[in-house]
Amino acid sequence: MLELRDLHVYYGEIHALKGVSLSVSGGEIVALLGPNGAGKSTTVKTVSGLHAPRSGTIQLEGESLVGLPAHEIVNRGVAHVPEGRHIFNRLSVFENLEMGAYRRSDARIPDDLDRVFSLFPRLKERRAQVAGTLSGGEQQMLAIGRALMATPRVLLLDEPSMGLAPVLVEQIFETIADINRHGTTILLVEQNAAVALEVAHRGYVLETGSIVLAGTASDLIQNVDVRRAYLGE
Amino acid sequence: MDLQILVGIFPQVLLDGVSLGFMYALIALGYTMVYGVLEFINFAHSEIFIAGAFVGVEILLGLKSAGVLEHLPWVVLLLLVLLAAMLVSGLLAVLIERVAYRPLRAAPRLIPLISAIGVSFFLQDLIRLFESIWRNAFNLVYPTIDPLTVRFEITSTIDVPLKTLVVIVAALVMLFALQFIVKRTKLGKAIRAVAEDQPTASLMGVNVNRIISITFLIGGAMGGAAGVLFGVQYGLINPYTGFIPGLKAFTAAVLGGIGNIPGAMVGGLVLGVLEAFAASYLSLLTGGAFGAEYKDIFAFSILIVILIFRPRGLLGEIVRERT
Repeated sequence: MLELRDLHVYYGEIHALKGVSLSVSGGEIVALLGPNGAGKSTTVKTVSGLHAPRSGTIQLEGESLVGLPAHEIVNRGVAHVPEGRHIFNRLSVFENLEMGAYRRSDARIPDDLDRVFSLFPRLKERRAQVAGTLSGGEQQMLAIGRALMATPRVLLLDEPSMGLAPVLVEQIFETIADINRHGTTILLVEQNAAVALEVAHRGYVLETGSIVLAGTASDLIQNVDVRRAYLGE
Repeated sequence: MDLQILVGIFPQVLLDGVSLGFMYALIALGYTMVYGVLEFINFAHSEIFIAGAFVGVEILLGLKSAGVLEHLPWVVLLLLVLLAAMLVSGLLAVLIERVAYRPLRAAPRLIPLISAIGVSFFLQDLIRLFESIWRNAFNLVYPTIDPLTVRFEITSTIDVPLKTLVVIVAALVMLFALQFIVKRTKLGKAIRAVAEDQPTASLMGVNVNRIISITFLIGGAMGGAAGVLFGVQYGLINPYTGFIPGLKAFTAAVLGGIGNIPGAMVGGLVLGVLEAFAASYLSLLTGGAFGAEYKDIFAFSILIVILIFRPRGLLGEIVRERT
């Protein structure tokens, strides 16, 4: 469904992605693991159009996304939950969700809103509240809910566990698995390899801008290097 | 000191201050909206404002020489002139952003500011050049629209010309329309989202450049409307007239809390009323030691004091953000 081939991205002189290739098939959760600064966020930001690659291709179901502005890529069915959540602090919870459906005008928006509220009942309770006053976990729920309002075919999740208590991480990842079971394909960027591999089908390990390892989630969990580097053994 | 005079003129002074304040408020909206979205002070806004005043005077002078000025109802005249000025000033603001600011968006903060000052000078002299060729004069006087000068006597000491009421009503209508757009419409939500976080707004499918253009369009249109109201109220304009009201409106925007739309309204009103009171009461209260010409010193001293104690402005908010 989503295919990145030989992607090179630069920040000025810095060569951030050095030929990244990866693919996500329809219905999969694919984890993109690796340490801080490896280029994980850069990869998803390039997919969603926030960065332009210097070379390489990005295809969504055979159609190229390279060169499209970010606001057009949403239309193609890619929604991005950015690292650090980036909810609109000064908008209400409800308005944030409406922003997620910004490009839509169809009649199914209320149904999708109900679905988000059933995934995250807390958001329903706080729908009128200014989003900046939500707790970290609620903000993450809102960021995910907002992305779902775009009814994406592919959901890009950047570090959803960041800064959250373990209980909340558990809860968020259960929801991610649930969203995936309902048919949304997910590319999941995570530093927390243990939780990511629990829900992912496959994974890639990125180090200093290159993919160094790829495999099924169970292969990666068994892999000695992964265990040493990312699972704390 | 005659207490009776002091009390007697109070409502009149208040009314003058309020109408001046609403004018500042309309101009201040242009500064505050652009600041809200780009965190940038559009110093060319005072010329966008005066360009509106010139559009108005040109239309009215044109109608006058065509001999139809007296035959059109004043409401029609005013609406026509306001809409034309709003359109021209709005489009002018959009054009300026395209040409002079957008290419510099990634540059350090000071660079677009310099560009704005340059545009401001450029427009002043462009208007001057145009009017010098076209009318052989660049100090122009708004033709009197007679029905607007009708005065309503409220009490024996207070009377209001219709034009003052028109300024207040027109400004109120526009301020509420704007507040409605920003708070209640999809466009307004997009403007607020872009103001807060441009990359994330683009991830929602918002065309950020288009929203920035629309912001300039709305702010410019409000400035153009203020220009017409200024001309109708005070009569004489020249290409450099925009500078002082522009600077004061900018001050009003900061006083109200820059980036905040109701703040621009409150800031404009406070400044207008302070100025009107200073102009009328300074010489009465000081026995003639300080005349009305000290009004700006007085008004700005108070502003400085307010900002010392409330640097974010009267309605400036601090949004608590948790991470």
